[in-house]
Amino acid sequence: MTAAYVEFIRIRFLMMLAYRVNYYSGIAVYAINIGAYYFVWQAVYANSAGTIGGFTASQMTTYIAIAWMARAFYFNNLDKDIAREIRDGSVAIELIRPYSYLVVKLMQGLGEGLFRLLLFSVPGMIIITWLLPIQFPTDGWLWVQFLWMLFCSFMINSQLNIIVGMGAFFLENNEGLMRMKRVAVDLLSGLIVPLTFFPTWAQPILEALPFQAITYLPTSVITQRIVGEALFGAFLTQLAWIVALWVPIVWLWSRARRRLFVQGG
Amino acid sequence: MQAAIEVEQLNKTFRLHHSRTGFRGALRDLFDRQYKTIEAVKNITFCIPAGEICGYIGENGAGKSTTIKMLTGILVPTSGKVQVNGYVPYVQRKVFSRHIGVVFGQRSQLWWDIGVIESFQLLRKVYGVGAVDYKQRLDELVARLDLADILHRPVRKLSLGQRMRCELAAAMIHNPAILFLDEPTIGLDILVKMEIRSFLLSLNARYGTTILLTTHDLQDIEALCSRVIMLDDGQILYDGGLAQLKNTLGQGKEIRLQLNTACTTTQFTQLLDTLEVDGVWDHACAVRIRLPKGGNVSAVIAHVAGVLDVRDLQLVEPTTDEIVRDIYRRGAVRQEEVPR
Repeated sequence: MTAAYVEFIRIRFLMMLAYRVNYYSGIAVYAINIGAYYFVWQAVYANSAGTIGGFTASQMTTYIAIAWMARAFYFNNLDKDIAREIRDGSVAIELIRPYSYLVVKLMQGLGEGLFRLLLFSVPGMIIITWLLPIQFPTDGWLWVQFLWMLFCSFMINSQLNIIVGMGAFFLENNEGLMRMKRVAVDLLSGLIVPLTFFPTWAQPILEALPFQAITYLPTSVITQRIVGEALFGAFLTQLAWIVALWVPIVWLWSRARRRLFVQGG
Repeated sequence: MQAAIEVEQLNKTFRLHHSRTGFRGALRDLFDRQYKTIEAVKNITFCIPAGEICGYIGENGAGKSTTIKMLTGILVPTSGKVQVNGYVPYVQRKVFSRHIGVVFGQRSQLWWDIGVIESFQLLRKVYGVGAVDYKQRLDELVARLDLADILHRPVRKLSLGQRMRCELAAAMIHNPAILFLDEPTIGLDILVKMEIRSFLLSLNARYGTTILLTTHDLQDIEALCSRVIMLDDGQILYDGGLAQLKNTLGQGKEIRLQLNTACTTTQFTQLLDTLEVDGVWDHACAVRIRLPKGGNVSAVIAHVAGVLDVRDLQLVEPTTDEIVRDIYRRGAVRQEEVPR
């Protein structure tokens, strides 16, 4: 069975590769995004000496560049895919197969993530370093830690996507829910601005939500804002969320199986 | 014989959201939703022995697909017992699904963007079929369903007939004991339909595969099924052999007459009265006489030939289509009419 799940990663990777225009435009989109944020932050820092929210200008640009690279990997459309398959009834086909539908979805998301990471972000990142003075850490061990955390980010984000996507079983239209989740992930995970930029009263709330574990924690580790003892805290927070998020998924899935209504006939 | 499919007092009800009309209705819906309960399948009971090909027919919305979806583990029944190949489908879904094959005529189970052969290989891994078995079965399926030319094309570039042949092959890769077909011949031309029928027959003969199929094409039923279950409004109308269906529920034969000399309606009515049969007066030179079931053909012909100047005569037996249409129209069949 594991062989089959791995096969799903491979197939999705190949499927993404089949659409070449998407591929070239994808690299451009990532380069433009990082470039745009670079100039925005340059402008912001131009009028203030020193640090904002604990970040120097160069730390900030590195943070943004890495946050976007991370997003390429953890981002996927599992919520939309699942919602669509529920609505048009093709989830029925998935249920006649001897595998777990949600694990297959997760594998497809992984294939998509690997594709974007290897073929969008890495080339995009290389292009960006030619154009802009962004400094990346050179410590190999740090990158290993980061990649592990990135994988956890992928899990947490995908689990949230699965939960929101399964909303289609219970709601006639979960479009709004999906949009809300997307904004929440981009804003509250620290992709657009680091969490230290939020007001002090918001900090404990943000730390209690799963979103910060998606971007803020791994990016803080690679930019060495979280070091030493605090590293374990970051690892544990991610793992705890991965475990905790399975609970609603399992509960929703078992309820959804009874509510399933397939169009046609 | 061992039962492949056992269904007892099976029910499925859906609760659907029912929208109110108008602006005020929409506002009320925000806070207080109305639901409508639909009973898709009502207390059905049947048993299909292993190795049988059984047709499952009924009008649109009769509950055929809902039943199939409960039998394949997709839907969870509201109440009642289902056992397929010794498993309870919705409980033991993952183990159970290794033993069944399913084809939905209106839904593809192949991956749209990749080649047919890639889909097959993925399914091989999903079902854990050994390399040797797979090779042998694939060769057989390719030969039997004539797939050699289309194996490497992406599914989205196949015609409906080609796709449906691939779907059948996909459902057979793991050599399931039971095959469920939900409208497998929908929208196909007659040649492909015949190919598919002969494939299914050979499959059943060679491996003893139990087949349950729903269809709107009664020729599928006539070509394949020894037994037919007829469903109407979620209930079983008829369950039994096809031949008995014709004998018991069918109308009698019809005699179509072309006349040399015109016959008036009054003359015709008189004729019917003496013969004590029904008939239709199409026009002066063409009339039809409907015999009751088991009516004496020679007596009628002898009498008619004496009265009318017959140019041509045709004896027509009602087709299955006509019989079934007639049953649908009449609604529920009285129990004593149904042979078990």
